[in-house]
Amino acid sequence: MTLLNKQPSGLEIAGIQATEPRPRKTILDFLDRHRRSLSAFLVFVVMMLIFMVFAPSVFLSTEIYEAVFTSLPIRIILVLPLVFVIVSGEIDLSFVSAMTVSLWAFAATAEAGWNPFLSLFLALIVGAAIGLANGWLVTRMGLSSMVATLGMSFLLRGLVLGFTEAIYIPLKFLQDTTFYNLFVGQIGSLPGQMIWALVCAIIAVALFNYHKFGSWISCVGDNEESSREMGIYVRRTKTMAFVYMGLGAAFAGVMSGLIYKTFWPRSGDPGELLLAILASAFIGGTPTWGGVGTVVGAIFGSFTIRFIETGVIAVGMTGFWTQLVNGVIILIALASHKLHDPRLRY
Amino acid sequence: MEDHFIELRNISKSYGKVSALNRVDFHIKYEPEIVSLIGDNGAGKSTLIKIISGVHSPDVGDIFIRGIKVDHWSVTRAREAGIETVYQDRALVLQQTIARNIFMGREKTSKLGFVKSKLQFTEAERLMRTIGFTSKVFAADSVVARLSGGERQGVAIARALYFKADLMILDEPTTALSLTESEKVFDFIRRAKENGTSCIFISHNIYHAYDVAERFVVLDRGKVVLETDKEHTTAEKLVKDLQEIAHNDRTRSTAEDTSEGGENDAPE
Repeated sequence: MTLLNKQPSGLEIAGIQATEPRPRKTILDFLDRHRRSLSAFLVFVVMMLIFMVFAPSVFLSTEIYEAVFTSLPIRIILVLPLVFVIVSGEIDLSFVSAMTVSLWAFAATAEAGWNPFLSLFLALIVGAAIGLANGWLVTRMGLSSMVATLGMSFLLRGLVLGFTEAIYIPLKFLQDTTFYNLFVGQIGSLPGQMIWALVCAIIAVALFNYHKFGSWISCVGDNEESSREMGIYVRRTKTMAFVYMGLGAAFAGVMSGLIYKTFWPRSGDPGELLLAILASAFIGGTPTWGGVGTVVGAIFGSFTIRFIETGVIAVGMTGFWTQLVNGVIILIALASHKLHDPRLRY
Repeated sequence: MEDHFIELRNISKSYGKVSALNRVDFHIKYEPEIVSLIGDNGAGKSTLIKIISGVHSPDVGDIFIRGIKVDHWSVTRAREAGIETVYQDRALVLQQTIARNIFMGREKTSKLGFVKSKLQFTEAERLMRTIGFTSKVFAADSVVARLSGGERQGVAIARALYFKADLMILDEPTTALSLTESEKVFDFIRRAKENGTSCIFISHNIYHAYDVAERFVVLDRGKVVLETDKEHTTAEKLVKDLQEIAHNDRTRSTAEDTSEGGENDAPE
């Protein structure tokens, strides 16, 4: 018997004869393996078909897609690392504030005359440091991630408002620079940020599905004690997930600063963005209990959530109904995951 | 000491105020042997094997591997020394595949850390068939939560065997298993020994323990109270010895209760 690896396994030592493995390559196996992301994709497709039927003039033209693709990349860049955090059995509620702080670092230094690439680097360091702090609070201090990151969120937001006194920093001076064109310039009719979202998605899928990091994240979220017993560095793995989230938030923050050409300490409703990103992950097929999840599904989840907001208006309802439709679709999506994916635990 | 693969000397371990192990000496010889750890709940068996496998560090005491004292004992160092453990909870991650469970913490990866999934899958498939996984429903990418208790135990033992252990530790390997499945587990233990792997296992069933093991170490209240081997005892004598230890415990407890009660009842 020759095993594929060069070192003899324990079985060879034990003199046990191997038999041929059973082939497993049917379409049902494929569907079973990818049921989470496929289900998220199905929800998105059905929703889009409904929108196309009820608002064909809007959904069969390219304009709406150009509009959506301007801001959608920010959400995709945010939801990718969030999947890692959730699968590791934790949650991060501070990433919107981390976005703001990182963008502040970027905007303040760029305005002061720094090379924008250097400012981006600083923003990423700030994001990573926030992730590291979250990881430390959760894994070393033993705080619940929900409470720790909620506290961190208020702390960061307070920090920005306190120091900036809510005064905005214009970033229009970056327009048409190489830096600007590299990150948010138009590539044909496609916004450049969509390419960056794609790059981030490829990295996240590679890490989650094919890298040891993704494997450890899943094991740690599944059962911490078992993972520890098998030699996985539980605290380090979780901390890395938070750092990854911080980096994603920083990059998304700088990207949003470039798109809207301003750093505005009080812009938008942070709670709304936070909920939209969390909902994207859950709709995408990542359950709340850790151990399992899907990065590809979360991307479909982001598409679903983003198109609901546009679609509700397009089919003739007033904007006041957006939240209600959001809620209905989220619940339907979660119920569909529940049907085909019972919780598997001890 | 030279003929010991691992030796624990004067080991003590407490959890808060509770003393789990108190000045325990323990060893496994170079010559492959099967040692059964016996004792009541709370005797310190699990703590002892968690120390051997590097999960817990002792508060006091020394660990020697092949005669050399080791510092900073950890799971990784224990594995490097050739010690594999099958825990009571089997240390499985139930929502993950069989392949991921077998290789968790020691994934076969490229230099950049990318997992060689195909290799892991093929290896796991072979392992499953060789340890007698007869089910045609499950493959190496099946989720462990869908397996029966015996099959899950099989995954845990396959993992230990795969990584070529010099010493395999099994914490109650036959709990929740049928008689046939238990027998299969014991066969593995015997076969592993024949091929150079020593085994320490915990079992509550003395007859099972006597059937498989050659040496017996009895723990009680964190201390080694009896150490014997097959040449010097029989299953019946072992049971009798254990009953005696339990009886002494009860007598001691009653005496302590009475003396405490006496103090409390004393007039002021």
